[in-house]
Amino acid sequence: MAFLDISHLEKSFGALRVVKDFNLGIDKGEFISLLGPSGCGKTTVLRMVAGFETPDSGKISVDGRDIVGLRPNQRKIGMVFQAYALFPNLTVAQNVGFGLSIAGVGRAEAAARVTEMLGLIGLPDLGGRYPFQLSGGQQQRVALARALAVRPQVLLLDEPLSALDAKIRVSLRTEIREIQQRLGITTIFVTHDQEEALSISDRIVVMNGGIAEQVGAPFAIYNRPATRFVANFVGTLNTLTGAVEDPASGRIAAGGREISLGRPVDAARGAPITLALRPEALHLGRAEGRDVVLPATVSDVHFLGSVIRLRVEAGGGTLSLDTFNRADTPPPAVGTETEVSFAASDVILLAD
Amino acid sequence: MTRLWSYGALLFGIVYFLLPLYGMSEFSLRMIRGEYSLQAYRVVLTDARFQATFGYSVVMALVTIAFGVLLVVPTAFWVRLKMPGLRPYVEFITLLPLVIPSIVIVFGYIRLYNTSSWLPMTGTTMGTNILLMFGYATLALPYMYRAVDTGLRTIDVGTLTEAAQSLGAGWTTILARIILPNVLGAVLSGAFLPLAIVIGEFTMAALLDRPAFGPFMQLLGANRAYEPAALAVIAFGITWACMGLIQLVSRLSKHNRIAR
Repeated sequence: MAFLDISHLEKSFGALRVVKDFNLGIDKGEFISLLGPSGCGKTTVLRMVAGFETPDSGKISVDGRDIVGLRPNQRKIGMVFQAYALFPNLTVAQNVGFGLSIAGVGRAEAAARVTEMLGLIGLPDLGGRYPFQLSGGQQQRVALARALAVRPQVLLLDEPLSALDAKIRVSLRTEIREIQQRLGITTIFVTHDQEEALSISDRIVVMNGGIAEQVGAPFAIYNRPATRFVANFVGTLNTLTGAVEDPASGRIAAGGREISLGRPVDAARGAPITLALRPEALHLGRAEGRDVVLPATVSDVHFLGSVIRLRVEAGGGTLSLDTFNRADTPPPAVGTETEVSFAASDVILLAD
Repeated sequence: MTRLWSYGALLFGIVYFLLPLYGMSEFSLRMIRGEYSLQAYRVVLTDARFQATFGYSVVMALVTIAFGVLLVVPTAFWVRLKMPGLRPYVEFITLLPLVIPSIVIVFGYIRLYNTSSWLPMTGTTMGTNILLMFGYATLALPYMYRAVDTGLRTIDVGTLTEAAQSLGAGWTTILARIILPNVLGAVLSGAFLPLAIVIGEFTMAALLDRPAFGPFMQLLGANRAYEPAALAVIAFGITWACMGLIQLVSRLSKHNRIAR
């Protein structure tokens, strides 16, 4: 049995079913991200684990103990909020020590723990400041230290980086992951940012319409999406529509030519099928190992610095592909006639 | 031209408010014929009844404020957190004391809690004092509720409560250590009006026969010439001192200072 076990969780607000038969097992020390668009139910799941919402049915257990009947302040579950939620009337040190004073931890031990936590988040000298005297990133670090100070069984992070600017987000997510690994604390991280989820999670739960569409490691989620939604939501995806010609050999007609995938396709002969390709799977021009070649016309060029994102008309649609910047090779001009190639093994099949 | 009108309006306002004050203050200094003196103030301040009634009203005001805070802060907090749909109704209820005259309220109290009722509160001095305090709290309710509710609007009540809960805090701790300190400025602003109301209130104190400052002022006003004016000036002074005190306390609370 998993350390944190969520089984058959259901929640409705009025007539709207927000979470539908949600199941998830999280091992001790694991970092799980709930990823999905707004309204997919990810925050509701988190709030049910925290105790701020009561499930209509289902079970949540931590270390074998059912916690659904417990009040939030009895669950020993720490939470970090998007809006920081630091107590404005308390200093940083008092904020971090708040949970310790509630738990009746002795003054000396609490002071030591506060010092340890402030050191952990890299703000050892700011204990005397008030929240309004800190930047957003610093406030969120303090909120993390406050949640960790009481040594919770599980740490919940509710879009903690959403209110921060891009640079701070990247550095803070790395810090969060480092701290989580150092303390070995079981963590659920809610985000709608796929890059965040992919970069720091042990496993990702992609949610849509209240259900878990796919649970898996970031590599698997990105490269082997189980559903069309996951494929579209995680990363950028190019699609080519086609029809199955021979399911056994994986021969498909798409973009006006025959593509042989070299693996069996789970669809009937003549059935419509969608071929999906990540931008990095497409190559401008021919290349060794990329046996499928399509004629293409460059329709748009975005220079992003280290990467150049091109849009080309090929295979009866518009495809997006990335190439690395090279100082000696300027990007192709719009209207350039060229070819794109890809390996059949990089094709993700999405059944229609 | 617009500026001229602005100055004109300002001047009118100043004259409108300050002229009567000046007239009253000047009159209060003329008790001894032919010279200005503080004789009226001396008479008032050395009057044992002044000290007794004023002391009584101040104590009643402080008790009323404490009770009002204990009643209003948890109520406004709970309504905002758990029952936001009920806010208009609660606001309506808190506004009722503005439209129901205090004489009606106090008669209701006397009818309900007289010595032959099921809860004979008017049978003892302490009981009557408590009844009067409840009456004062009712009169102060519109101002206190609004002030506290406005204070709660400035903080994210829901998230702060959840953050405290996730750290193990119960409702009492959340109210005492998180919510109340953060709305203290608003509570103090809300406390100022009850103070002013209680110090000058006549009807309830008179009908419940308690030795409060309001009935004393009325008695003095009916029988003396210069002393009521002096008393009014003293009352103004106390009011302004209270306002200054509230400002000072609000400024001293460190977390309310905005980073410059």
